[in-house]
Amino acid sequence: MTDQAIPRLDPTRGAAARPRLSAWREPSILPGFGLSLGVTLAYLGVIVVLPLTALAIRPWELGLAGVWHALIDPRVAAALKLSFGLSALAALLSAPLGLLIAWTLTRYAFPGRRILDALVDLPFALPTAVAGIALTAIYAPNGPLGAIAAKFGIKTAYSPLGIFIALVFIGLPFVVRSLQPVLQDLDNEVEEAAQTLGATAIQRAVFVILPGLLPALISGVSLAFARAVGEYGSVVFIAGNLPMKTEIAPLLIVIKLEQYDYAGAAAVGLAMVAISFGVLVVINAAQTWLAKRGRA
Amino acid sequence: MPVTFPQAANAESSALALDIRGVSKAYGRFPALKDVSLQAHDKEFLALLGPSGSGKTTLLRVLAGLETPDAGEVRFGGEDFLSLPVRRRRVGMVFQHYALFRHMTVAQNIAFGLTVRPRAERPAREAVKARVAELLSLVQLEGLEKRFPAQLSGGQRQRVALARALAIEPRMLLLDEPFGALDAQVRRELRRWLRELHDRAGVTTVFVTHDQEEALDLADRVAILKDGELIQLGKPKDVYEAPADPFVYDFLGAACRMPGRVEGGRLTVADWESAAPKGAPEGSVEVFFRPDEVAFAPPDGAGLGAVVRAIAQRGPDVRIECVIDGQTVELEAHGPALPPGVAPGLALRIRPLRPRVYAS
Repeated sequence: MTDQAIPRLDPTRGAAARPRLSAWREPSILPGFGLSLGVTLAYLGVIVVLPLTALAIRPWELGLAGVWHALIDPRVAAALKLSFGLSALAALLSAPLGLLIAWTLTRYAFPGRRILDALVDLPFALPTAVAGIALTAIYAPNGPLGAIAAKFGIKTAYSPLGIFIALVFIGLPFVVRSLQPVLQDLDNEVEEAAQTLGATAIQRAVFVILPGLLPALISGVSLAFARAVGEYGSVVFIAGNLPMKTEIAPLLIVIKLEQYDYAGAAAVGLAMVAISFGVLVVINAAQTWLAKRGRA
Repeated sequence: MPVTFPQAANAESSALALDIRGVSKAYGRFPALKDVSLQAHDKEFLALLGPSGSGKTTLLRVLAGLETPDAGEVRFGGEDFLSLPVRRRRVGMVFQHYALFRHMTVAQNIAFGLTVRPRAERPAREAVKARVAELLSLVQLEGLEKRFPAQLSGGQRQRVALARALAIEPRMLLLDEPFGALDAQVRRELRRWLRELHDRAGVTTVFVTHDQEEALDLADRVAILKDGELIQLGKPKDVYEAPADPFVYDFLGAACRMPGRVEGGRLTVADWESAAPKGAPEGSVEVFFRPDEVAFAPPDGAGLGAVVRAIAQRGPDVRIECVIDGQTVELEAHGPALPPGVAPGLALRIRPLRPRVYAS
């Protein structure tokens, strides 16, 4: 934190002081701009833009009508709805759950805390297929938890609920790991100040702590959401994969590929990219706005 | 350095407000406070002064309720303070690093203590707004209510923190090194301003600092702590003129120290003999004097025989490095007080004007 007031930027200042080298590049005394930008662009081009461009071009082999037709196919629409709906729900549940876990791990000292902390990372490290098989074994109607749920007439594995469980499982670490450093850096004195000013524990949590966590919480949730949308391995085992009911969009893409319907698969992929991109843009905008409020 | 003393706010005649008795606190095996007893009068400005690790901040946090003492009693206005939770004590606390709510505007920060009150006690929206405006003008930050803390300078932030603490009409104001993170000039400005604010608001104030100049300049009374113990408590002038022990003497300002002897009411230091100060212990002693409280005399006069080694002009003051009895001593003199013709190599005599004598 600086003690000085942050000087307001004067957009005309740099221009008046010395002639601009070009219209789009701020002069900098650091060398290597050309090289570093070149490497950045080449890398992003090959790794990110090229495949996405291929994805964007491929579906149009079908023609506009063909793409439209592929997307309004009830099976595709159902799969997209299932994937994005459940991913959003799972990410939203990860928020309070991850907050609670991160809170417990950072705010309290207790024996075994480090082990618990390491456990959080496990969904990251496990091959997703292994996770999927393990989850299925537990939640299947004859599995230990699945059997209990079945007694109450709840079907876990081979139902949307099973997919939801798998998505929470893989999304949770993102939320916990985004929140932990921020929780650790929270200034104790700020809470103490709130306390001396008469705030109750709940008021301190809602008015003082949560607003500070919000940007990290949002970024954790959006990461969890993005991961959940693309998740394949851990879901396909527990989902049951009934078309129209428990078939996720990534699986549908694989099925289309196996039927040599490359353009159709690319159409579904393009739709997923478009929706994900839209969601991430909105989340980013919200975050920028929040960050501005606290730090501008 | 010249030290000015504020007029004590007639402390004896006003009612007792804060009463601390036998407070002890240990962190594990480390004792932070050892049996500290201390009283403050209504509207008094009390400074807790000590080096880091002396327990002054711990004592302040005990008063706020942020620490619970292991033993002892704290009363405020006759009420048992220790049985009250933090948020019911109504103390205004100001932290060294401001502790502002950075996602809230200046106005929201100041209003916080009012808006978190239970619905029945909460002032109306208009009343809160009026109170915020009043406090903003008190801390001279009118027009900044929509800013966020990150858009303010350090001094401005600390004034917001003070306004926020005053908003709840605190029964007592607790300041934990409030100017510690500010640069020297801002610190001096804010110091005088804080004293004026205290006199106008009329709140009992406890102020923690490790800066002796700040404490002597601001407070009605100064409590000096060391290693968790209260060493001395008194008005700034009394504490400065009669430090209780060598530690306090040293801590309150630059000090020269020489070994000496007191026998039959006579004090002997090196080749200088004089009447011992009142109450001086007999036998082997340590003699302390301030480097600027000395008189210079020619070699045949009275005083400690000294040889000048170096002279350096420092603004209006002159620093004179002397060798007295084989020991290098740094003295300070104002220009006019300097004997004529002082140069390195000159022999002269130095007479401490107000020596303090402690048993060694």
